[in-house]
Amino acid sequence: MNILVCIKQVPDTNKVEVDPITGVLKRNGVESKMNPYDLYAIETALRIREETGGTICAVTMGPGQAAAVIREIKKLGDFDLILCGKQTTDGDTAQVGPEVSEWLNIPCVSNVSKIVEIQDGAIIIEMDMTNDIEISKVQFPCLLTVDKDIFMPRLPSYVKKQETKDREITIITLNDLDDKDEKNYGLNGSPTQVQRIFPPEVNAHQEIWNGTAVELSNQLLNKLQELKFA
Amino acid sequence: MAKLVVNQEKVGNIQDMINICPFGAMEEKNGELQINSACKMCKICVKKGPKGAVEYLEEEKESIDKSLWNGIAVYVDHIDGVIHPVTYELIGKAIELAAKINHPVYAIMMGSKIADQCHELLHYGVDRVYVYDDEKLDRFKMEPYTAVFEDFVINVKPTAILVGATPVGRQLAPRLAARVRTGLTADCTILDMNENTDLVQIRPAFGGNIMAQILTPNNRPQMATVRYKVMDAPKRSSIETGEIINCYIQTEKLNSKVDVLDIIAKEKEQFIESAEVLVVVGRGIKMQEDLQMIQELADLLGGQLACTRPVSEAGWLEAKCQVGLSGRTVRPKLIITCGVSGSVQFTAGMNNSDQIIAINKDENAPIFKTAHYGLVGDLYEIIPNLINQLKVGKGA
Ligand SMILES: Cc1cc2nc3c(=O)[nH]c(=O)nc-3n(C[C@H](O)[C@H](O)[C@H](O)COP(=O)(O)OP(=O)(O)OC[C@H]3O[C@@H](n4cnc5c(N)ncnc54)[C@H](O)[C@@H]3O)c2cc1C
Repeated sequence: MNILVCIKQVPDTNKVEVDPITGVLKRNGVESKMNPYDLYAIETALRIREETGGTICAVTMGPGQAAAVIREIKKLGDFDLILCGKQTTDGDTAQVGPEVSEWLNIPCVSNVSKIVEIQDGAIIIEMDMTNDIEISKVQFPCLLTVDKDIFMPRLPSYVKKQETKDREITIITLNDLDDKDEKNYGLNGSPTQVQRIFPPEVNAHQEIWNGTAVELSNQLLNKLQELKFA
Repeated sequence: MAKLVVNQEKVGNIQDMINICPFGAMEEKNGELQINSACKMCKICVKKGPKGAVEYLEEEKESIDKSLWNGIAVYVDHIDGVIHPVTYELIGKAIELAAKINHPVYAIMMGSKIADQCHELLHYGVDRVYVYDDEKLDRFKMEPYTAVFEDFVINVKPTAILVGATPVGRQLAPRLAARVRTGLTADCTILDMNENTDLVQIRPAFGGNIMAQILTPNNRPQMATVRYKVMDAPKRSSIETGEIINCYIQTEKLNSKVDVLDIIAKEKEQFIESAEVLVVVGRGIKMQEDLQMIQELADLLGGQLACTRPVSEAGWLEAKCQVGLSGRTVRPKLIITCGVSGSVQFTAGMNNSDQIIAINKDENAPIFKTAHYGLVGDLYEIIPNLINQLKVGKGA
């Protein structure tokens, strides 16, 4: 089984800076960490490998490398299974998984809450649809985005880090891709463009109350009674 | 479509160039001048540097003919024929947007044995309901649903498509966007329409207390997802208007590599979305035990407890109790926030609530911009008092 895990670096703080001109997240100058949801994808990959054997590759994209690799995952080899976290904590869109599956023309299931069984040529999973759980059999190759808590991620180990320190890291840049046209990647290639950024709207009707705790709680009680909540 | 190009042979003194840039976006690497991602495209280097050292190149992309794309389509989100109410909210918004550019409003519904549901949609003011009714579309599956949606886009050419940010919509919309090579803005909180049919998509920006306005200037269709309880549903009219158009697609296109083996109903949960009164705890709460106090307040008001992201991340309350961009969108009659700062990611999930009351000891907390009534004070002093008074009122 060849497994690929997609991971992303996200800012390790909620106070990230937004570039006021491009409206894009400034990824420099802020500490980054791995997107926490991706840890569940990694753990899922490790568990599956423990059961079936095989290899795990991880792919990530970020500044320094000029190109979007997601469209070119094919070049990394043939994978049976691609795993993504449910979303990132910086963008929150949950779009990358389904979009990658479309570019690769493989089936995709999001919100995977459990791996039930791995068979020859297919995987049986549970998908959480909020009101019910769907148990589905998905043929390989496929892409799954896994929910938080599918497995408890293991802690990083120093021994493992030493063992794996010589493992190969391949850097893919624009020159390695079939389509070398810069216009098709990154900001320039994006069909959506941030036009402007602005502060959120202020509520029109506002009262600010100051006073002692007793005064404030009395005032609140009166208001709650007036609004018929108490 | 613009970029800066450095012509190394014309740069001269690299350090001089580095000093020109007010954003520290120029650096020396291997004896060459490079522009890093701190660049804000202010072009000072172009103007002030040696002639030709940095060039500003603008490439015009061929523009598409927007007049070929007509109508605003709403995806009818349903499971087993039960239409998700976000659908009606999006129809309401679509009607409003379409009126600005004189376009029709479409609903697109795919499923099995859904004739009745399609008629129901005609009570909400859509001009046309496009229906794909096939046994193979019984349940949501990514591949056949995408195939149908693509067929609709190719044949009907809507200028914009609105999809509910439900478990189905959040999977289907990106797959379709990639299929038809267009953009998708997730979780929009405000939508507007420009005269030139560009859909103005507004959502909280990534991090930071700021909103982003996003356009899809040169691709059609334009796609956006919107959460449940963000827009307003139109009133159901007693008469039907508009027409139903039955569509067909080759059944081979409906094959899937995913087989649903079983569906297990989950225990009916109490969702914070359905609560009329919510009391929200934020990081102003010092210890998990203190949640009891807030729970008591919620109980006295007949409400439910909810929280901000740090509180659910700490494991003090379940993730499904989290309000906000990465949690749930709520619209209760009353919401009281206790020790919540009021970041946009939080307020995006609750600022449509009828009555918003905030308790925060910091008078500059952004939550006071969202609240109708703001109490500047310590929740540990105010809430116990309030609880006692409520108890007295209840004759306890
Ligand atoms: C992509 C993305 C998505 C996000 N999604 C969400 C989301 O869905 N939901 C969410 O909540 N956040 C979300 N966040 C995080 C968000 O930006 C804020 O960091 C978070 O909402 C802050 O939570 P808080 O108000 O509880 O904590 P803080 O910001 O730490 O605020 C605590 C407040 O309590 C007040 N306080 C302290 N002690 C007392 C006291 N004794 N009495 C009264 N007041 C007191 C303080 O003055 C302060 O204002 C998201 C962030 C990103 C980047």
